[in-house]
Amino acid sequence: METTILPEVTALGVIIKAILILAIIAAIAGFGTFIERKILAFMQRRLGPMYVGPYGLLQLIADGIKLFTKEDIIPQHANKVIFAVAPAITAATAFIALAAVPVFPDFTIPFVDIYVPSIASDINVGILFVLGMMAAGLYGPLLAGMAQANKWGIIGSARTAIQFLSYEVVTGLSILAPIMMVGSLSFVDFNDYQTDGLWMVVYQPVAFVLFIIAGFAETNRTPFDLLEHEAEVISGYATEYSGLRWGMFFIGEYANMITIGVVASVVFLGGYNDFWIFPGWFMIVAKIAFSFFFMLWVRAAWPHVRPDQLMWLCWKVLMPLAVVNVIITGIVMMLV
Amino acid sequence: MSLEQFKNRNVGTQNYKKLDLSHSPSSGWGEFKQVVSRTFKPELFVGLWVTLREMGNALLGGKMHTTQYPFEKLPISPRYRAIHEMLRLMESGNYRCIGCGLCEKICISNCISMETRYDENQRKEVSKYTINFGRCIFCGYCAEVCPELAIVHGQRYETASEQRASFSLFEDMLTPIDKLNLQQEYQGFGAISPNADDNIKKTPLAY
Ligand code: SF4
Ligand code: SF4
Repeated sequence: METTILPEVTALGVIIKAILILAIIAAIAGFGTFIERKILAFMQRRLGPMYVGPYGLLQLIADGIKLFTKEDIIPQHANKVIFAVAPAITAATAFIALAAVPVFPDFTIPFVDIYVPSIASDINVGILFVLGMMAAGLYGPLLAGMAQANKWGIIGSARTAIQFLSYEVVTGLSILAPIMMVGSLSFVDFNDYQTDGLWMVVYQPVAFVLFIIAGFAETNRTPFDLLEHEAEVISGYATEYSGLRWGMFFIGEYANMITIGVVASVVFLGGYNDFWIFPGWFMIVAKIAFSFFFMLWVRAAWPHVRPDQLMWLCWKVLMPLAVVNVIITGIVMMLV
Repeated sequence: MSLEQFKNRNVGTQNYKKLDLSHSPSSGWGEFKQVVSRTFKPELFVGLWVTLREMGNALLGGKMHTTQYPFEKLPISPRYRAIHEMLRLMESGNYRCIGCGLCEKICISNCISMETRYDENQRKEVSKYTINFGRCIFCGYCAEVCPELAIVHGQRYETASEQRASFSLFEDMLTPIDKLNLQQEYQGFGAISPNADDNIKKTPLAY
């Protein structure tokens, strides 16, 4: 690819983009809680939130007011510093991860004629950075559970460790095969690889399925929501949290759901390339929205697994599959 | 009769159907086969389909279950014994109570108190009538004993209030004169609920 008019990366541009990403994703993540409640309700033939605003749309604001005005309780025997910092780790890493994922195709702002590459920073190890940041986000639940001097919290953080050890291998190995095909770790290269050809999911269906499964574990969503499963461990790592700190965990979780959606769309589902008559920005929004919906859908339909089942699944089934997939991909690439 | 016979409860002829429960695999190869068959069985997708279908049913097929309670109410059974109502005569609009005092007498928790006097036509008139709902157990004896069908149990089951006096005065229980045409006759203790037909389900006669 010849470098023609590479746009200047100005500090101001990056700051504006960072603020925009923070604001928009935080808003969407908050709105996601509303969507989740509505979708789950519809799937159980209920109405969901209805009373605050038209169709309950303002429920979000009511919840926000409630979270902001709740008393901030730090348990007596908790390690206060770690207890206070842990939610910030989850929220911050979730947003940092979003810095390196491209959401829209590059575009030019009309009238002022400014060319904007929509990714905040196209670092050459983008995919590693994002996965690493999301993995680092699990320090939030881990530290929170251990700092709060509560047995449910301890169980929650033990499960965090289990989950972390299980899925992280699968995520890395499953995404290795597409990386081998593209030969780069940058999301932009991934997107460009699929511009003309088929979507990556056609070449790598196994890797796609494995990545989706690991993504559910990574975002702590229902088949693998071991960390805070109410029926078993009260609220796991979040047992002693209330108010805004608890809200930060949730914002982090929903931001991670969006990140996984973006990564899956860009790496496997054709990214922000135009498709038929649909422009790229519409396609990627549709794909992210569908993956978000899929996570809620799965939550409504499937039961969750036990921790030992998760380890069994990840180490004995998914990891061998991922390794075989990588080997086969390598052999095919050598021969072709 | 020996104890053995006594303990045998399998009287009559049973025709149980054993569920076709598969045995858990014993060998490693069997476990592997089980994993493979479970992996490729579409059961998980059946679950996804069911939830999606129900979502369609709810949104498009009008099968939403929710009753938005304070705004929508389900009909309650006419047998339900809620806050009392004093009915009026349809023709004259006068209250039906003749001041006989039977309800006061029969009330087992002694919570009805009433005073009567003669009015200018030498007709008995109720000058004071209250029910202390802090003591009423809603047994329904007062309604049963009333010879005039004057006191009945109404449908007001939402009895949260700042003070119980808001239900218990004669004027509160009496049908408002302008709502006289809406006054419902008491169906009686054996009455079925208005939506009873909808609630009937087919059940097998033989078990
Ligand atoms: S319902 Fe029973 S307890 Fe209540 S006022 Fe009538 S007779 Fe008395
Ligand atoms: S039994 Fe009926 S008619 Fe007699 S006093 Fe009571 S309410 Fe009035």
